[in-house]
Amino acid sequence: MAMDVRERKESVEIAIEAKGGSVASVKPTRQVQTTIASKNVCVYYGDKQALFNISLEIGKCEITALIGPSGCGKSTFLRCLNRMNDVIEGCRVEGVITLDGRSIYDPKLDVVQLREQVGMVFQKPNPFPKSIYDNVAYGPRIHGLADSKDQLDQIVEDSLRRAGLFEEVKDRLHDSGTGLSGGQQQRLCIARAIAVNPEVILMDEPCSALDPIATAKIEDLMLELKENYTIVIVTHSMQQAARVSDRTGFFHIGELVEVGDTSQLFQKPKEKRTEDYIRGRFG
Amino acid sequence: MGENGNKRLLKRKRAEIRFQWIGRFAIFASGCALLILLTTILSTGTTAFFRTKMLVDVQLDKEAIGITSASREQVLQGDYYSITKQAIYNLFPAVTDRSDRRDLSSMLSSGAPDEVRDYLLENPSSLGKVASLWLTAESNLDQLHKGNIKKELDEVHRGISNRVVSWYDFLLREGRIKSFFNIGFLSSGDSRNPEQAGVWGAIVGSFYSLLVCFLISFPMGIAAAIYLEEFAPKNRITEIIEVNINNLAAVPSIIFGLLGLAILLNTFELPRSTPLVGGIVLALMTLPTIIIACRASLKAVPDSIRQGAMAMGASKTQAIFHHVLPLAMPGTLTGTIIGLAQALGETAPLLMIGMVAFIVDVPKSPMEPSASLPVQIYLWAESAERGFVEKTSAAIMVILAFLLLMNAAAVFLRTRFERRW
Repeated sequence: MAMDVRERKESVEIAIEAKGGSVASVKPTRQVQTTIASKNVCVYYGDKQALFNISLEIGKCEITALIGPSGCGKSTFLRCLNRMNDVIEGCRVEGVITLDGRSIYDPKLDVVQLREQVGMVFQKPNPFPKSIYDNVAYGPRIHGLADSKDQLDQIVEDSLRRAGLFEEVKDRLHDSGTGLSGGQQQRLCIARAIAVNPEVILMDEPCSALDPIATAKIEDLMLELKENYTIVIVTHSMQQAARVSDRTGFFHIGELVEVGDTSQLFQKPKEKRTEDYIRGRFG
Repeated sequence: MGENGNKRLLKRKRAEIRFQWIGRFAIFASGCALLILLTTILSTGTTAFFRTKMLVDVQLDKEAIGITSASREQVLQGDYYSITKQAIYNLFPAVTDRSDRRDLSSMLSSGAPDEVRDYLLENPSSLGKVASLWLTAESNLDQLHKGNIKKELDEVHRGISNRVVSWYDFLLREGRIKSFFNIGFLSSGDSRNPEQAGVWGAIVGSFYSLLVCFLISFPMGIAAAIYLEEFAPKNRITEIIEVNINNLAAVPSIIFGLLGLAILLNTFELPRSTPLVGGIVLALMTLPTIIIACRASLKAVPDSIRQGAMAMGASKTQAIFHHVLPLAMPGTLTGTIIGLAQALGETAPLLMIGMVAFIVDVPKSPMEPSASLPVQIYLWAESAERGFVEKTSAAIMVILAFLLLMNAAAVFLRTRFERRW
């Protein structure tokens, strides 16, 4: 399925492990290196198919936004990328998803390792009901990233700083994380995610529970984080997608209708359905 | 709004008021019932915490006791029965008739000679001297002094002869009869003599039973709850297990007792009448309570916590033990304590496994035969002696005190460790 609509500037060969172990080659089309590539991904919940042949490449150090009406499968797709669908009973994923050329559904790959590389921030801020410090230190602790208390302190401080939260909480690191405001909680969750130094951060409607000011802070933060991390964001807000993302994918009823550079997609959508959605005719 | 609308509004308002009054009445009625219960128990039971004693002058004569020195072994071998009897005869020199003298000596508890011995053990230097000792009075005299047996009653109904009453009056005038705080009630085991009977053996027995019960049911209950709630696939088998756990909670306790009798005692031949067996049987009863409480608490922990932990790369077990279980702990502990409180008051299964035996010794381990609080109450309640009436109520007070303590602990844990997210 040739869904690639991007301009061909330079071709980088990336090997993708197909299901049977045979190697197919896909030719990406942009200068940007591909971090995650999905090929013909289908997801089933029991008998119901939720995603149909999604093929999408996510570029390194870019923000990719996934938009679409409710129930279109964009969150489902996002959750495939760090295998959070594994825990949902009756959920089955077909197709190939690679992270840096390596299949993430490879039985030899430990899901713990994958989630260390692919962090996630949820729709509703969900800090652990522990101290701010322990929230951020949890990942480094379980993955054994810090050898000493000092090192751990440093990781916690760095992560909080990069999440733009350190100045606000430095005097109460040992207070409960649930005592923060909604926006602060979400930034704490981002700090928690980046504390293990992942390659990719998945964000599932991170601002839908926040007020506009907190939203603006998170968006600024995303633009800063883009320097070092690949970000995939699912959002309901087209304005948000337009503001922050480099590339946008439009999902509709389990299909990836169109994907392209954000400015192109919003200004000159190629598909009728995309145009209708963007113009607000449905959704 | 029309006429009809007004009428409907009025009707609705009346129904509201009526319902509130029904509720108030229900609370008032149950409050009254509780008040009556507590007053009865308190008014009958309080006197059991006091013990009537009689002041007698005992001659600690070597020859009469039959010992040569005041060394420990010698003192323990001595006979104190006759010198104790002699001490009370000396108070009434006029009484010489043999049967009268028997009545006289029966005014002291049959445990009184032991009290003399214990005094001598503590004061070896008093051997050969006269010691003025407060010795425990016999139960009926005790009841007479406490007013539980009325002097005005006819001799036949009173259970104490007129002569004994006159002797009692004499001793009272002399200042030789007094009430003391009954330490023995809280520090000694059961006895055939009401004035010597105590609940300590039963308290220790109940404690061991609950300990065994807790050690078995708590880890098992939590493990079962975690597996069923977090890991088990939702299919027919787990559904059947779930229904049966709920049913198990409703099984009459005596059936668990029969199970213990048939399996633990007859098949595995574990020692009869012991807190070990009692604890195992009670654990079977408490298990469903703990499982249900723990599962409900696990269910109440929002999924976002599990997902958050798992998205951080925690394994499922890590997510549960680091985040979910700590949050479910207050609810689980509350359920556990309530289950244990229930187990503390459980009588029927213990009757089945022989904890109803008359056991005087305070058990030193869960492997020794022992009494338990609820069964002790049952045993005393069916005893004929007048003196056991107050003991029964007092034992009820003790068990209620423990239940209150445990429930208070449950409330404390709930409020102290409950977290919001």
